[in-house]
Amino acid sequence: MTAVVSLENLSVVFDGFKALDDVSVEIAAGESFGLVGESGSGKSTLLRAIAGLAPTSAGTIRVEGHTLEGARDKAFYRAVQMVFQDPYGSLHPRQTIDRQLAEPLAIHGFGDSERRILTALDEVGLGSGFRFRYPHQLSGGQRQRVAIARALILEPTILLLDEPTSALDASVQAEVLNLLEEVRRQRRLTFLMVSHDLGVVTHMCDRLAVMQGGRVVERLTSADLVAGRIAEDYTLNLMVASKGFRREAAPAPG
Amino acid sequence: MSVLLTVEDLKVRFPTRTGVVEAVRGVSFALGRERLGIVGESGSGKSQTGRAIMGLTPPQAEVTAKTLSFDGIDLLNVPPKRLRDLRGKRIAMILQDPKYSLNPVMSIGRQIVETLRQHEKVSRAEARERTLDMLAAVQIRDPKRVFDLYPHEVSGGMGQRAMIAMMLIAGPELLIADEPTSALDVTVQLEVLSILDKLVSERGMGLIFVSHDLRLVSSFCDRVLVMYAGRIVEEIAALDLANAKHPYTQGLLNCMPVIGADRHPLPVLDRKPEWAL
Repeated sequence: MTAVVSLENLSVVFDGFKALDDVSVEIAAGESFGLVGESGSGKSTLLRAIAGLAPTSAGTIRVEGHTLEGARDKAFYRAVQMVFQDPYGSLHPRQTIDRQLAEPLAIHGFGDSERRILTALDEVGLGSGFRFRYPHQLSGGQRQRVAIARALILEPTILLLDEPTSALDASVQAEVLNLLEEVRRQRRLTFLMVSHDLGVVTHMCDRLAVMQGGRVVERLTSADLVAGRIAEDYTLNLMVASKGFRREAAPAPG
Repeated sequence: MSVLLTVEDLKVRFPTRTGVVEAVRGVSFALGRERLGIVGESGSGKSQTGRAIMGLTPPQAEVTAKTLSFDGIDLLNVPPKRLRDLRGKRIAMILQDPKYSLNPVMSIGRQIVETLRQHEKVSRAEARERTLDMLAAVQIRDPKRVFDLYPHEVSGGMGQRAMIAMMLIAGPELLIADEPTSALDVTVQLEVLSILDKLVSERGMGLIFVSHDLRLVSSFCDRVLVMYAGRIVEEIAALDLANAKHPYTQGLLNCMPVIGADRHPLPVLDRKPEWAL
């Protein structure tokens, strides 16, 4: 297995609080890898550490063979793009969609931006009619499509997805998940996807890691999860929780 | 079954620069002491229905109904003083995100005490005592400590429990819960739901549970109203959900990724214009 992203003994400490504690993960090229856990388990911090948005205090991050330290260079951002959880917060409220898509192209010196913007919008299922709108004129699902278009416009090889659908309605979630799967197949992307929803992760990912308190407590394949081959109680809890509310089986709250 | 709340032909309209937006277009239902779910996507009018009952529609909007009555009281024409007594005391509402719906500059205990003393003449000491009992009833382990904490000092699940405590302390007969667990982690969601479930059934309250998650609602409620574009498109007993007839209800049921079901791509809703008629 050739790992495109590999983390070794990574730790992230915020003012004495260990958000990530000695985490090692390897992700192969073209794989879709999921991270599951509750709030505060460190799953988003792990993504942010890869993107250079969280300070690492120990360990190494390697992406496509390069060891990453400090500020990332342009080539990194070309290869690795991120989609954030909240489409209401991740788009500039006073810039048109056109301008937000043109900016990464200008930064990375891409020519032919006219055509690229139109194709990018087309690819995420928004017509050119959306090009000169502002974010507040779009619905949540449409905004998340714009965020995905903005990530894809640089033709990255790795996509970091931080709860890309948790702010969306169930019906819109299905559309965005289908879109993500479609672009992954077409462009042979590597996905690293964070979610608290086991259903979403098993649907999207081949392998996943379950995180709790800044550590990886269990690693398993989606097939293992479906077949119930689960070793950790914590994973089992998440599994039960994802099945929905049952009156008699509702856990005794602690 | 005695009817607690009657809603007949409820309409909520928002005048905007580009014309009138009809958020709720003629919703009718009757509620007894039961658990009723209202499900729909964003913009289907489910939250505005709940807010109209509570009298929380923004002032620029226009609310009309043939009947909107709670226990014989006409909620649309009740004097403000009477409505203030009613809200919090007999009808209460739990909102989605405790981060935004609790007062950030008041300790949790004081907020709950304020609710209680607004509606009942009780001494400070008794109010404190009852608040601590209520916090214990929502399974907060150390009520004395939590009493003095501020909302930013507690987790989302704890905040939502405090919210439930605040809403239930005056002993309401009708509780409207607008996405009470959507902002919480899955494991915490179940805890909060089971607390809510226990208290609602113990106290024999009527509950309106508003959510976009059809499966969750149907596992929690007796009866479900499915809303689309401001109207009820289907009413169905929760147990009967598998036999839902309306394609929109079926679509909502099918679009969730389920562990073990290998469906690529996921079925998506094919929204038909005639649903919105």
